[in-house]
Order: sequence, then structure tokens, then C-alpha cells
Amino acid sequence: MTQKILAAHAGLETVKAGDLIEAKLDLMLGNDVTVPPAIDVFYRTGATRVFDQDRIVMVPSHFAPNKDIKSAEHCKKMRLFAAAQGITHYYEQGSKGMGIEHVIVPENGLVLPGYCMIGADSHTCTDGALGAFATGVGSTDLGCAMATGQTWFKVPQAIRINLSGQLRPHVAGKDLILYVISKIGVDGALYRSMEYTGPGVAQLSMNDRLTICNMAIEAGGKNGIFPVDQVTLDYIREHAPQAYAQKNYQVFTADPDAEYVQTLDIDLAEVPLMVAKPYLPENGQDVRLVAAADQAAIQQVVIGSCTNGRYDDFKVAAELLRGRQVAPGVRCFIIPGSQAVYLRCLRDGLLADFVDAGCVVGPPTCGPCIGGHMGVLASEERCVSTTNRNFVGRMGSPESQTFLAGVPVACASAVMGRIASPDELPELVKA
Amino acid sequence: MSENQTKPGDAQTDCLLSGKLYCYGDNVDTDVIIPARYLNTTDPAELAKHCMEDLDADFAATVKPGDFIVAGQNFGSGSSREHAPVAIKASGIALVIAASFSRIFFRNAINMGLPILECPEAAADIQAGDQLKVSLTEGWIENLSRQTRYQATPFPDFIRKLMAADGLVGYVRGKYDFATTEEAKA
Repeated sequence: MTQKILAAHAGLETVKAGDLIEAKLDLMLGNDVTVPPAIDVFYRTGATRVFDQDRIVMVPSHFAPNKDIKSAEHCKKMRLFAAAQGITHYYEQGSKGMGIEHVIVPENGLVLPGYCMIGADSHTCTDGALGAFATGVGSTDLGCAMATGQTWFKVPQAIRINLSGQLRPHVAGKDLILYVISKIGVDGALYRSMEYTGPGVAQLSMNDRLTICNMAIEAGGKNGIFPVDQVTLDYIREHAPQAYAQKNYQVFTADPDAEYVQTLDIDLAEVPLMVAKPYLPENGQDVRLVAAADQAAIQQVVIGSCTNGRYDDFKVAAELLRGRQVAPGVRCFIIPGSQAVYLRCLRDGLLADFVDAGCVVGPPTCGPCIGGHMGVLASEERCVSTTNRNFVGRMGSPESQTFLAGVPVACASAVMGRIASPDELPELVKA
Repeated sequence: MSENQTKPGDAQTDCLLSGKLYCYGDNVDTDVIIPARYLNTTDPAELAKHCMEDLDADFAATVKPGDFIVAGQNFGSGSSREHAPVAIKASGIALVIAASFSRIFFRNAINMGLPILECPEAAADIQAGDQLKVSLTEGWIENLSRQTRYQATPFPDFIRKLMAADGLVGYVRGKYDFATTEEAKA
């Protein structure tokens, strides 16, 4: 499926794994960390105008709201460039449609099935959930692509992840991807695409698919991609109604005899609630095993990010936190991934549930996930987080520890004050 | 590469690496190469000050031009931050040899001109203190201390073209004539 999208964008009949191609890009993306160097690169190519002001997305998401003067200068540089070039999809903080890049690109209907897109941000692979080819690149790639509308790719081999069955209660996309990474390792999909197939696909919501594709990079993958089905079409009908009505998208399907270097068969029912221990995302285990072996206190919980910062995630969180209290000694940060998610949580009363439970509710930002701001960990602190990386120093001090999990485990851990499964939560007493 | 530390060999890109070897394991990620808390700057010299800080606190203070890094699998995994190869290059590192590179780091290194070689045998064999002679164009690494020669994965022609053009910017400048295009539009 990836190969077909790449061939179409390179103007070729077919491509095969290993081919080096130059492909036209439908969309490109950058943030306040990666765009400032890309702007310098853009001018160094000799270009003065971007190739297409409608196909570039720029979001101040990482150190915004600006954490210090240097970050403010970066945001300013991006803002001025976007204004000078008339970038259509520049999202100012607070503006309608603003949020964490990978939350808002699908939410605002900017990516469509069949698209070929890059982002100067490794989690650009999120958008493969819609049946697009989406991959992360660096600032030099983005800067050159803003000038030319093209970039080079090495056509990847594909790993097939064949899904059947149904997920168990509380188990979601995050658990599935942590499960897959625990099986193949953090370089198990290096240079390869991760293509999801099988009857189990239909059971997965778009939110699950976005989470799963988001962490393709944590297996070393070039991209993750789901086939286009009714779930996809329903999603774009809601989020990109005009493109949907005009059928302004292209559905690519894998050939029945498509070549895969590896096939992983997974019965969704076998996937447990997962926790990935420090310091690699491949250190995933059944939460019950982790909780049994490690009863030590945690100091922080983060619920949000490009991995788990969409409305469905907070709906699940509110159901578990409503009427309960965050344990003493734990700081629980709730970070809606976009203004739209924030507003919907506000209108539906979820933010009140979170505040009642003793959580801090923050604005959309990547801040704590990258140890940037708004929830940085001190030495010896332990955090359960719905984010995507638990590397040394990722969320703060190199002596801190991050445990990756899905939303239900994060909520249960916040309430219990240690790593916990939602099954351990005491029953709520009806008032 | 600093001329004091590296001497030209047979071809122009062949060089003798007599600098200090920094040896690391698998999965050296971009968060330890340059922690995100320092991504509020793009200044190479400033980034170099914090290079490898969370993995090897002595690196930035001891590294000299012409030194090199040898590491295991999946070097540069994680974030796409180009600040990582920028920090390594600005710290004076002349070459990174690894068993494998994460794909975004690989792209970034090629695009911005940090010399890299992918060679599992060399990564497994080379020890601290070894003296190396390498050819970036031909991709061989000679371990003078152990009298062994390793062959790195050869770069495809397109990648060589990028490298010959001094990275992606040079390639794009050579391929596109933006000035003409702008004038034509005007």
C-alpha cells in the first residue's frame, strides 16, 4: 500500500523496496523547534516563495505557550515567515484549529487518504491512520521541500501486522502498539513500513488507529498505515466534508499478493493492558506483572500528547476519574491535544470532572512529553504517561523515570499513587 | 574535519582518524544526543555544549575535532530533531560509525553533511584507543591497531550525489533555478 502511494507520487507505474525516488508531496508540516532551521535552509536553496502556501502546516506546539525568550524568538520567526509567505495553515496559539500538530492535522481535515506527506517531526507517521503515506524528516528536508514541493525517499519494505478478534475492555490502540513494539523491538521496523491488515482492523476506532500509527517510529518504522474502510470514510466525512463530498482523496489497497518481509499475526483479545518501563518503549509488559513487581510510589501522571490527546482519550479518562481523587503526592496533568478537544471537554463537563478529581488541566502543548515545560520531572521522580517515549531524560531529569501506558492505566495509577490497572480501582460508592 | 587531526589519505575523502574514540551501545536516541530542554536554540556551538549530556556527561568537555563515535544498532533513534547531527558535527566529531542508524537520523546526517558509515562488523570490533583509516567514498574502514579491514554498507548512487553536492541544499540549488522561476512568475 505504501509502495503504491509512493509510485503514484513519483509518477511511476510501480516501485520496489530499495528504490530511491523523488516524490511530489501533498502536505508538509513543522513546529516551533523544527521550522526555524527549515526557514534558513529554505532561503539557502535560493528560493524566495514557498511552492504552495496551502500545503504547508506550521504549529507553535513544542515550547508554546513560550517557555522562555529563546523559544519566543523561534515562535516569532515562524510566525513572521508564515505571515510573509501567506501560509494558510499556520495555527496561532488560541486560534480555532490550533493544537498539537498530529492531533490537528487529521482533526482539521488536512490529511486525506492517499496523501504523501512529510513532517519535520518524527510523529508525523500518525497520519498513516487515514490510509496516507506520512513520515517524519528533518529540518533540511522540510526547508528544501517548502521550496520544491518534493522530497526523496527510499522505498521501504513492508511488515504486515495482521489483526483478528476484538480488544478486551479498557484495552486500546496504545496497548496494541506497545505490545507490537515489545515483540519486534525499537528497531524491529527500521527503514520499514508497518501495514495493518485483517478482520481486526474494522474493530479499531480512528482514535486507536492514530495512536497505533503515531508510535510506528518507536519501532524504528518509516511509517504506519491502515487500509481505508468505513471508519476512515466516516472520519473524513466529519472532518473534511468538502473533500469528502468532492471525493478529493484516493483509496489505495494492498495487492492480495503484496510482498511482506515479515508478518505478525495478532489476536486483539490477547493484547493486555500494557506498561513500557524505562528506558525504552520496547520494555512493555502486562500491567499486572509490572504492578505486582513494582509497588513504589509515582509522583506524576500525564494524560495527553499526540499519542493520546484526543477527545476519546479524555472521555475514557473522565469515566475513570469522575468521583475519584488523585492520590496524595501525585500531580496529574490533563492536556487536551487541541483547542477543539479542549472546548468539547469543557462543554461536556469533563474538565470539571478532572479538576474535581485533583488534576491540573493545561492548554494544548507538547511541553511535558519532551521535558520542555509544564510538567518537567525532577531527579528520582517516576511518571506514568500516555506519551510515546521513555528515554533517559525525555521528560526531565536524566535520573527520572517514565512509564508509558494507555489512558486507563494512567488514570488508575493517578488514583492509586503507583502503577495500577483500572481493575484495581475501588468501586465508587453511590451518593 | 580539522586538518590538524586528520591527514589526507589516497583520495581526498580518505582520512586517518587518530582522534579519541567514543564508544556507545545500541539505541542511542536523539533525546540523549541533545536533550529537548536545549532545543530552544539552533546555534550549533550552543548545542555542542550539551551534546551527549544525559548519556556521557564528560563528552562535551573532552571531545576534540577529529574524534569519532562508534555505536551499536539504531543510532539516532527517536525524535527527528536535526539538532542532534548538528550538535555532533559542531562538537568536532569527524565520523560516526554504527551497526545501524535510525532512518531519520540517517537522512539528516546525509542532508546536512555529517559523515556516517553503517558497518556492523566495525561497530562490534573496534575498541577504544584503536587507530582507524577510512574512505568515506569507498566505505572501507581500516583498523590499523588490529590490522583488520571492514567494509561499510555502500551508499546508493543517489545518496552519493547528495553527498557530492554537499548535502540536500546543494543538490536542490543545482537542480532548481528558483531565480528564473520567480522571474517567470513575475
